[in-house]
Amino acid sequence: MGNDIISSLRPAIVMTILFAILLGIGYPLAMTGIGQALFPSQANGSLVRDSGGKVIGSAVVGQAFTSDRYFQTRPSAAGDGYDGLASSGSNLGPTARVLADRVSADAAKRRAEGVVGALPADLVTASGSGLDPDLSPEAALVQVPRIASARGLTESRVRALVAEQTAHPLLGFIGEKRVNLLAINRELDRLGTSPDR
Amino acid sequence: MTLQGWILIIAFTGILLALTKPIGLWLFALYEGRRTPLHAVLGPVEAGFYKLAGIDPAAEQGWRRYAVHMLIFNFVLMLFTYGILRLQGVLPGNPQGLAGLGEHLSFNTAISFTTNTNWQSYGGESTMSNLSQMLGLAIHNFLSAATGIALAFALFRGFARRSAATIGNFWADATRITLYLLLPLCILLTIVYIANGVPQTLAGTVDVSTLEGARQTLAIGPVASQEAIKLLGTNGGGFFNVNSAHPFENPNAITNLVQMLSIFVIGFGLTWTFGKAVGNTRQGWAILSAMLILFLAGVTITYWQEAAGNPILHQLGVAGGNMEGKEVRFGIAASSLFSVITTAASCGAVNAMHDSFTAIGGMVPLINMQLGEVVVGGVGAGIYGFLLFAILAVFVAGLMVGRTPEYVGKKIEAKEVKLAVLAIATLPLLILGLTALASVTDAGLAGPLNKGPHGFSEMLYAFTSATANNGSAFAGLTANTPFYNGLLGTAMWLGRFFIIVPMLAIAGSLAAKTYTPESAGSFPTTGGLWVGLLVGIILILGGLTFLPSLALGPVADHLAMIHGQTF
Repeated sequence: MGNDIISSLRPAIVMTILFAILLGIGYPLAMTGIGQALFPSQANGSLVRDSGGKVIGSAVVGQAFTSDRYFQTRPSAAGDGYDGLASSGSNLGPTARVLADRVSADAAKRRAEGVVGALPADLVTASGSGLDPDLSPEAALVQVPRIASARGLTESRVRALVAEQTAHPLLGFIGEKRVNLLAINRELDRLGTSPDR
Repeated sequence: MTLQGWILIIAFTGILLALTKPIGLWLFALYEGRRTPLHAVLGPVEAGFYKLAGIDPAAEQGWRRYAVHMLIFNFVLMLFTYGILRLQGVLPGNPQGLAGLGEHLSFNTAISFTTNTNWQSYGGESTMSNLSQMLGLAIHNFLSAATGIALAFALFRGFARRSAATIGNFWADATRITLYLLLPLCILLTIVYIANGVPQTLAGTVDVSTLEGARQTLAIGPVASQEAIKLLGTNGGGFFNVNSAHPFENPNAITNLVQMLSIFVIGFGLTWTFGKAVGNTRQGWAILSAMLILFLAGVTITYWQEAAGNPILHQLGVAGGNMEGKEVRFGIAASSLFSVITTAASCGAVNAMHDSFTAIGGMVPLINMQLGEVVVGGVGAGIYGFLLFAILAVFVAGLMVGRTPEYVGKKIEAKEVKLAVLAIATLPLLILGLTALASVTDAGLAGPLNKGPHGFSEMLYAFTSATANNGSAFAGLTANTPFYNGLLGTAMWLGRFFIIVPMLAIAGSLAAKTYTPESAGSFPTTGGLWVGLLVGIILILGGLTFLPSLALGPVADHLAMIHGQTF
C-alpha cells in the first residue's frame, strides 16, 4: 500500500501537469483558432448588426420585447428579464403558488389585449434559460391583432409575416416550429417604413 | 404526445444502436492496447507523456495498485483545481475580472468535477473566468471520463482473464482513452457546435443595444470546446448557469440531438466491448436490452406527464403541455427525452429545468439516479455499476436453483456478492441519510425555493444527484452555503470512490479465478429470462429502498397537483 502510494506520486503529478497543458490550454486554444478561422460569425456569438454596424443582438440569444408594437417575449427569470449575465429558469415547481399567481397575472394581461380561447403555453411560462430567442407560431399569432393595431398594418399582413418567419423542424422531426423574435421584429420595423408592401 | 415526438425518440435510439458496434470495436482496441490509425499522429504524444512521467505502460498492476494510482491521480487533480479556483482573481485568462472562489465553494466544485459529477453550486457566467473553465474544469471533464472508462476496462479484465494477478495499467488505460477516443471526438464535435452557433472565443462579454433600445450584456467565451467534452464524457457541467438550456450552449435542435447522442454513445459502445472482452457479444446485447427497457419506460412516463401538462395552469386557461422551464426550440418531446438521458447516464447536463417539470415527470430523473445510473450510465461508471447488479442477479438466480452462480465463465462466490452489496448500499445510505439530516436542520431547510412536498423533493434531488455523481439539480435549491457545499461535496466523493474500490476488489478477485465453462446446469445470461431478471433486480434492489422518500416528495406533489392544491 505504502509502496503503491510512493510509486504513484511522480506519474500523478507529472501527468496532471501534462494533461493540464494539453487539455486545459492546447485543446481550447486550438479550437478557438479553428473556430475563429472557419466560422468567425458563430464563434463570436452570431451577432446581428443594424445597417449602421451597431450590434443589436445575437441571432441565437433572446432579448426582451415589451412594446405593443413588437412580438413580445416569454416571461424570463434571467435577472430582471433577459439578462445575458444571469441565465436562469424560474425553478418553480408545478404546485408553487407563486407560479400560479404569475401565470394568472400574465393571462389576465393577454385577456385584456383581447386574446380569447386557450393561451399557448409558451406565452405565459418562463423558459429554462430566461434567454429563449423564440416563440411558438401559436404564441406569435395571438399577438397579431395588437401589433396590427399598434402599427396600422392589416392583420393579414402581420399574420403572413408569422408564416414567413416560422422555421420548421428539420426532416419533420428534429426541432419544433418556432419564430425567432429578433428576426421577425426587425421585419416588422421594415414593414413599418413601407406599409403598403 | 405527438407522432413527431415519438419519431425523434425512435430515431435517437436507432442511431445509437447503429453506432454501438463501431464505437464498441474502437473501445475494444483501446481495451486491448492495440494500435489504432490515430497512433500515427498521437503516438508520440502518448510515448512522451509516459517518458516524462516515468510510466511503463506495459507494467501490469494488481487491483490494489490500480486503485491507489487512480485515487492519488484523482486527488492531485482535485488539489490542482482547488488551487486554480482559489487563485482565479490573480490568474490570467479572466477578462470578466472575477474574484477567486471561497473555500467551501472551491471544495465543492473541485470534488464535483473530479468525481465526474459536475454539480454546480454557482452560476458559470457570474463565477468562472475563461481560464478556470478551460484549465480548472475542462481537464476534469476529460480525465474523470477517462478514469471511468479505465475502471470499466479493469473490471472487464477481471471477468476475461484467467488465474491472473493483474487487471491492467491505470496510466496506460487513462492516457489511451483520452488521446485516442475523447480528444479526437471532441475536436470533431467542437467544430459541429461552432458551425451551429456555439461561441468559441477568448472574450468575456459582448455589449448589445437591443431593438427596443435597452442595453444587454451577453456572457460569452470558449464555450464550444467545453461543450463537446461536457456531454461526451457524461460530465454535464455547463459553461453557463442554465447549462444546455442556454442558447449559446445549445442553439438549435441539431446541436440538441448531437448532445443527446454524445451522452449515450460511449455507454452504448461499452456494452458491446464487454461482450467482446468476455468472448460473447450476446452478453453485451443482453445488458443493453435491459438498459433500453428501463430507459424507454422512463422516457414514456416523463414525456406522457410533460405533454399532459399542469392541471393548475390549465385551470387558468393555459393550453397544452408543461412549458415552464422549457425552451421553444426543443419543445416538450426533446426536453423530456434529454432529461431522461442525462439522468440515466451520469451526465447531469440539462436543456430544461427539471425543478419545473410535473411531479411525476421530474420523478423519473430522480429514480434514474437512485437506481445508480446503470441505465446506460456514465462513461464506464454505468457499465461497472450495472455489472454489480448483474452479480447480484446471478446470485439470486443461483439461490433459486441451488447452484453456485456463474457469470460469463466466472464463479460468483460470497466475496464478490458481499463486495457488490457493499458498493450498492452506498447510495441509499448517503442519499437517505443526508436528506434526512437536511430535513431536520435549519441550515438544510433554508435551501429549498419551493414550499410543500416539492421543497422536500429539491433536497432529495440534490443528495441523490451528488451521491450518484450526476450533477443535475432541482435548481431552486440554494446550494452555495457551507452546509450544502460541504455535505454535497462529501457525498460526491464517497458516492464515487466507495463504489469504485469494492468494484476493483471484485475485479481483482475475479481475475484470479479459473474459467468455469458453461454447462447444462448454468443459468443462461443472454436470453429474455435473464434480461427480465436484471430489470427486476435493478428495480427491486435499486428502487424499492427509495419508495418512502418518493412518496413524501414527488408522489405527494403529484396528488396536490391533480387536486389543484398550491403551496
